[in-house]
Amino acid sequence: MIKEIFRIILLSVLVNNYVLTKFLGICPFLGVSKKTDQALGMGAAVTFVMLLATAVTHPIYYYVLKTFKLEYMQTIVFILVIASLVQLVEIILKKYIPALHKSLGIYLPLITTNCAVLGICANNIKDGYGFINAMASALGCGLGFLLAMLLFAGVRSRIESSDPPKCFRGVPITLVSAAIVALSFSGFAGIIETLFA
Amino acid sequence: MMKVWKNLFKGLVRENPVLVLLLGTCPTLAMSQSVSNALGMGLAATAVLICSNFVISLLRNVIPDKVRIPCYIVVIAAFVTVVEMLMHAFLPSLYDALGTFLSLIVVNCIILGRAEMYASKNGVFDSVIDAVGMGLGFTLALFCMATVREVFGAGTFMGIDVPVIKSFTVPILKEASGGFFVFGVLIALVNKLFKREPKKEFSCAGCPSAAFCSLKREDSSCEGKESEGV
Repeated sequence: MIKEIFRIILLSVLVNNYVLTKFLGICPFLGVSKKTDQALGMGAAVTFVMLLATAVTHPIYYYVLKTFKLEYMQTIVFILVIASLVQLVEIILKKYIPALHKSLGIYLPLITTNCAVLGICANNIKDGYGFINAMASALGCGLGFLLAMLLFAGVRSRIESSDPPKCFRGVPITLVSAAIVALSFSGFAGIIETLFA
Repeated sequence: MMKVWKNLFKGLVRENPVLVLLLGTCPTLAMSQSVSNALGMGLAATAVLICSNFVISLLRNVIPDKVRIPCYIVVIAAFVTVVEMLMHAFLPSLYDALGTFLSLIVVNCIILGRAEMYASKNGVFDSVIDAVGMGLGFTLALFCMATVREVFGAGTFMGIDVPVIKSFTVPILKEASGGFFVFGVLIALVNKLFKREPKKEFSCAGCPSAAFCSLKREDSSCEGKESEGV
């Protein structure tokens, strides 16, 4: 049980990293990774929302949609639930824990319609994970996102001071360096089989 | 008539949603491994975009301003579900190949972005034309990227072997990192060819959350990045 959870977390942090190997959540990855503290805040917010969204959508799918044979409504229901949930959390944070809202809450609206969050909910259903495993997978994906953001924030601070050709300045050079970071993550490909053989 | 053509073609080149406006990067990177997947993804998104722009433009005077984003999302999600079911029934192999990215069309910023930026302000006919142009622009960008990645990464084109190149493939182009690399080089190429001032940042203009994004308010890095000519 513990081993399985650990395996799922490690799998989604390193091997199936959402940003660098599955291409989910690229916009915040490239948009908010300029400063380390912003990257940290965004990563933490994404992890939090992923956990929250999985905790809500997973029971909804199995106890509501499946019971009433409404599986085809998955996409509509999930996006609405996630969007309203995030708004709700933002309002609550703003009212009761303003300090946390200041450091984490400002990123919440950005994540409402983030494909990584909807993606994790849909993928958990597709993989047939139970509730505990789904939560582990959400945690792993969130941490993987955080890790990728932090690593890339470091890389970007070096790009800022470099001098690429004019047409490569800005977005293109950022993408090319993301390619190199992604390349390093592909080195983790066989790690799970070796560790949990 | 001239205006209609201009409206249609702006999405293809001058305001290409992927290569110029930098929207919809996730599906572009993920679905460009093979040409047939790229075309399937592009056309599915185009279909959703046309339908959603049509309906949202019709409803633009009915939808209250405060809850417009949730309304748009419901309309878009409904059409995505329709496309998903049709594809499951008639193109099962493509359905499997696109996987989750098919349902993730819901959160594709091109579609929400066009709803917010264009369909909510313009007439039905113009909105549909805009959707066709933008959708084809998305498909075109995906097609270009997939061609590079499939021909040089696997030595095939739509599953058919390309002679000579087949023996000198660069398999890494098919991997995740190759996707980032080809995309970056392609944008740089477009910048070079059209002598555009390169974009410093990813645009907030098409981001559906831009309206209530507090980062935008706090950090001025998002300002002044509105796409021109809309």
